[in-house]
Amino acid sequence: MRVGLVCPYTWDVPGGVQQHIGDLAEALIALGHEVSVLAPCEDAAAAPPYLVSAGRALPVPYNGSVARLTFGFRAAARVRAWIRDGRFDLLHVHEPAAPSLSLLACWVAEGPIVATFHTANPRSRAMAVSAAALRTALEKIIARIAVSEAARTTLVEHLGGDAVLIPNGVAVHRYAEAEPLPGWPGDGGAIGFLGRLDEPRKGLPVLLDAFARLAPERPGLRLLVAGPGDADEARGRVPADLRDRVVALGRVDEADKVRAYHSVDVFCAPNTGGESFGIVLTEAMSAGAAILASDIPAFRRVLADGAAGELFAVGDPGDLARAAARLLDDPARRADLSAAARAAVRAYDWRTVATEVVRVYETVLPAGAATGPVTAGRREGV
Amino acid sequence: MADLIAVLTAVLALLLLLSGYASWRASRLDRLHLRVEGAAAALDAALARRAAAALELAAAPGLDPEAAARLGDAAAAPLRITDRRERELAESALSRVLRATAAAPGAPAGPRAEAEAAATRVYLARRFYNDAVATTREARAGRLVRALRLAGRAPLPDFFEMDDRPPESAGPAR
Repeated sequence: MRVGLVCPYTWDVPGGVQQHIGDLAEALIALGHEVSVLAPCEDAAAAPPYLVSAGRALPVPYNGSVARLTFGFRAAARVRAWIRDGRFDLLHVHEPAAPSLSLLACWVAEGPIVATFHTANPRSRAMAVSAAALRTALEKIIARIAVSEAARTTLVEHLGGDAVLIPNGVAVHRYAEAEPLPGWPGDGGAIGFLGRLDEPRKGLPVLLDAFARLAPERPGLRLLVAGPGDADEARGRVPADLRDRVVALGRVDEADKVRAYHSVDVFCAPNTGGESFGIVLTEAMSAGAAILASDIPAFRRVLADGAAGELFAVGDPGDLARAAARLLDDPARRADLSAAARAAVRAYDWRTVATEVVRVYETVLPAGAATGPVTAGRREGV
Repeated sequence: MADLIAVLTAVLALLLLLSGYASWRASRLDRLHLRVEGAAAALDAALARRAAAALELAAAPGLDPEAAARLGDAAAAPLRITDRRERELAESALSRVLRATAAAPGAPAGPRAEAEAAATRVYLARRFYNDAVATTREARAGRLVRALRLAGRAPLPDFFEMDDRPPESAGPAR
């Protein structure tokens, strides 16, 4: 199948949507499909081979922040040329409500269009406006995908209709192997945490309270904390003599994040709720970490009811401390959990997720249906 | 006289604008009707494929004969029905039997996986069909569309209501 993916945001700046599209493109190519990605991009030399640049992007205030988008007559001409040259069986646009390439592609193209919606914001003003003004373009989309239940709700509230849910994948191979950070995990054992330090729902205070109970009896035990936020404020939660054993990395880049997962004996996800999927958890599972997570529905599901990682009572530092102590003292159990996590995470691998996306493509393009390639406007249709 | 010409010109311009707008709305509706047709064809294809996969599973060795017979009957039933509401009921019944069969021990892995994949496609195709129907019905509900009969003689599309939950291990319907 020849698939044209359209990315509304500039490829030069990393972001969730761009990452999603890149991972999807690579997984589709691995499955034997031909893929071309159209995105705003200035640094064409650094771009992957499947990327076609639609020119430079301009900063535009969008949905409460500044997004780098491409719009206008020149961009529309590029979209037209890309569609004409690509002879795609199907276009797959992302975030088509954003005033950028995806929307232009919807306007210009005639033929099967699939769309993925990423925004999960119940008050998305951009989508509320587009719902009225841009309905014509969005009406051409024949299959809608939402990446989360929240994104689906946002979509249904603003545009009506329905969408199927296909969650983000995790590029398992990117996390599988890494060198631990120097000096970690150390002889006394190490517990890891990743996430915003000052976001209460990420649950760091619960973990710090548990650490304060564990650390006095375990002189070598350390806590590795990675993520943006005030580290001193976080350390302030544990007694003064334990503070130098709480090591904060601050905001980490992708490579150090992977190394952090490999630097601890037990990876803890103490979230107290609100996590719709748990991308951090699937990353840690890909790295083969022994996981200890709070017993919220999303985590219970991802961890296969506790088979791929231990669960503790939500928000209970006592329970967390007891479970962590058991794991720290039992390397065999940790090895079992690690293997189970690596096996369970395959269901969330991009390869699996891409297969589900292909199933959507096949559903809207039934075998033998007489649909030609996507064209740029009726005049060029045969 | 000049006043009359001015009024006539204004009326003419207004009519032109209105007809332009109406024809734009009509072409939008036209496209939506095509989308519904395409989605209906895709749903039909998905249902036919699921029935075939279910018959295949019923014929495969390893399944308990009674369960196989139940599945065969449920798979064949919708094919004979032309009435839309009865078809919906028969397809829902097949969904239930398929779930029970897939969960039962002895179901051979290959045909079972095929049937599960086909069931997931039905789930997807029905979402996309109903989505197209909802959009079309909304577009046809406008006052202008009704007053000028822009939808022409195209029948008002109807939702396809059925229990389409695929067996547990399959697909994105989580």
